[in-house]
Amino acid sequence: MMLEKPNPVLEIRGLSVSVGTDEGEARILDNAGLALMPGSIHGVVGESGCGKSTLIRAILGILPKRGRATAGSIMLGERNLLELPADTLQKEVRGRAIGFIPQDPFQALNPVFRVGTQLLETIRTPGDSRATRETKKAHVISLLKAVQLPDAEHALDRYPHQFSGGQRQRLLIAAALASSPGIILADEPTTALDVTTQLQILKLLRGLAIERGLSMLFVTHDFGVVAQLCDTVTVMYAGQTVESGPVGQVLKAPYHPYTQMLLACHPERADELAGIPGAVPSPLRPPTGCRFSPRCPSARPECNAGQPPRVAPSPGHAVRCVLHLDEAAA
Amino acid sequence: MSGSDTALLEIEDLVTEFGGAKPFLGKAQRIVRAVDGVSLQLKPGQALGLVGESGCGKTTIAKTALGLVREKSGTMRLEGRVVSGLSPKAARAARTTIQYVHQDPGAALDPWWSIGHALDEALRIHGVTDKAERTTRVDEMLLAVGLDPSFRTRYPHELSGGQQRRVGLARILVLRPRIVILDEPTSGLDLSVQATVLGVIDELRRRFGLTYLFVSHDLSVVERMCEEVAIMYLGRIVEIGPTKEIFARPQHPYTRALLAAAPRLEPGSLNDTPALPGDPPSPSNLVAGCAFRPRCAFAAPKCAEARPPLRQIGVRHLAACVRLDEIGADNPA
Repeated sequence: MMLEKPNPVLEIRGLSVSVGTDEGEARILDNAGLALMPGSIHGVVGESGCGKSTLIRAILGILPKRGRATAGSIMLGERNLLELPADTLQKEVRGRAIGFIPQDPFQALNPVFRVGTQLLETIRTPGDSRATRETKKAHVISLLKAVQLPDAEHALDRYPHQFSGGQRQRLLIAAALASSPGIILADEPTTALDVTTQLQILKLLRGLAIERGLSMLFVTHDFGVVAQLCDTVTVMYAGQTVESGPVGQVLKAPYHPYTQMLLACHPERADELAGIPGAVPSPLRPPTGCRFSPRCPSARPECNAGQPPRVAPSPGHAVRCVLHLDEAAA
Repeated sequence: MSGSDTALLEIEDLVTEFGGAKPFLGKAQRIVRAVDGVSLQLKPGQALGLVGESGCGKTTIAKTALGLVREKSGTMRLEGRVVSGLSPKAARAARTTIQYVHQDPGAALDPWWSIGHALDEALRIHGVTDKAERTTRVDEMLLAVGLDPSFRTRYPHELSGGQQRRVGLARILVLRPRIVILDEPTSGLDLSVQATVLGVIDELRRRFGLTYLFVSHDLSVVERMCEEVAIMYLGRIVEIGPTKEIFARPQHPYTRALLAAAPRLEPGSLNDTPALPGDPPSPSNLVAGCAFRPRCAFAAPKCAEARPPLRQIGVRHLAACVRLDEIGADNPA
């Protein structure tokens, strides 16, 4: 059955990332894994501090100064990004094979330069590095039209403050598309926007993904956005990837106690507004094994024996939890 | 809204403007009408949600109600007493039963002051001179928001986001308000922490018989927390009524679009939901007639004639659209 499935365009296996701090080694990611399938939009969802942004930074090779990957691999096709030299990453991966859409459209653009100056200087046209300014400009304008920016021809002469929040996010999406990447990483790109604008941007991303055959990793804390946009989703807790599967299944019938309890906190679902008792553990002294076990009502002694292996009780829907060890279907 | 029980707070035709000052040797600033003829009533024990996108004027209403911003015109009655048209100082003094929970209580707390000091200060400013009484009230309120009284010796940076929100609530509650304005009380909080804070807010309302004006852009939170909801667009209320009814049968085209855009836990709605075109215009540059007209799928020439007034369409349910009868209740936006 596994043989029929296409290979993932991006696959993270057993990734652990540590960041040195004055108080010791912070183990931000612990044996994290996910697979981005071609043409799909995969959500990465979790609460603050769960490591979702670190995951994105690890893929782009921009971990903090004292951070390093201690185990695992990030496979882009046949290549392990963790083993690539820095200049290859810069020349062939970041902004080439992988485009990036940042969280805050208000901070990502420099207010004192025209949008055109910023886009033309930073973007790379596919193929030709010696492209003339005029070809580049035409390319940028075609991108601005693709992201449905009003008055795209004149947009390059304007300054960032002359655009609304939604329009600025469109500018940054255009920049991410500039090198015709096959993969887009988006880090909460609609968090700063109002819901009607958010809907415009989500529809735009969905349309671009279909039109251009993009695969997208979409980081968010909002399960509602995951439901609206994504095909599949990975749930993270305290640096571990605890559950993944098709969005419909994960939202409707989650396996992991954390996913269950988190979804039960959603105002749409909550019987009683109570939250999850306890707090997220410090990455300096994480619990051994399953990091959710100290807060888990179903915890058993074996939870701390090591992180439970990943099992798939139903096809494509996998979980790391001792409660499901004997249900493995795959 | 017609109700038999008397309103605790009654706001009628409130207008708040900014700008208009003429600097020496300068051009007069443009006047921005942030709140444009808003009427609403808060009944004792009720939670009214005030919903809308950035710049719609919801925070300005909150600040005007509180007396921090002066109204340009309109009447405010608090427990039957007129409290509008006063000087800022007198207005604030007349409205001490209204208190405000800041959007980010972490930023509102002095980093050099312990939690106990900050809560004590609030009581001293409001004239509680007896130190023993202040101490008792502070401890009571910390317990009420689910914090141990030992928190009085802690400093803001030692608290998590959820704990800071609780301190923000405690600081207001020591003053024994009747009306609490909650400005985005859970924005920026994680889902599990948000659930805890909303649980505390709900519990406090029951326990102390509080009345809430709940300002939020999060529709699922408002649906959960408020019996009534007012939807705002560019300084005006476009629809107001019972939350259940509005969420089940939104009438105004903007309400329909807003509710349709809100992410829900049902997968795959993206393709069926049309997005509103364009961006909300600035309140300093309004079109004639209905302000929503340029983005409305149902706009007709008569929408340009005048600002549509709110009119009754159900029990305590009002909407401001001249085409309601023509566009039909079941016609999606």
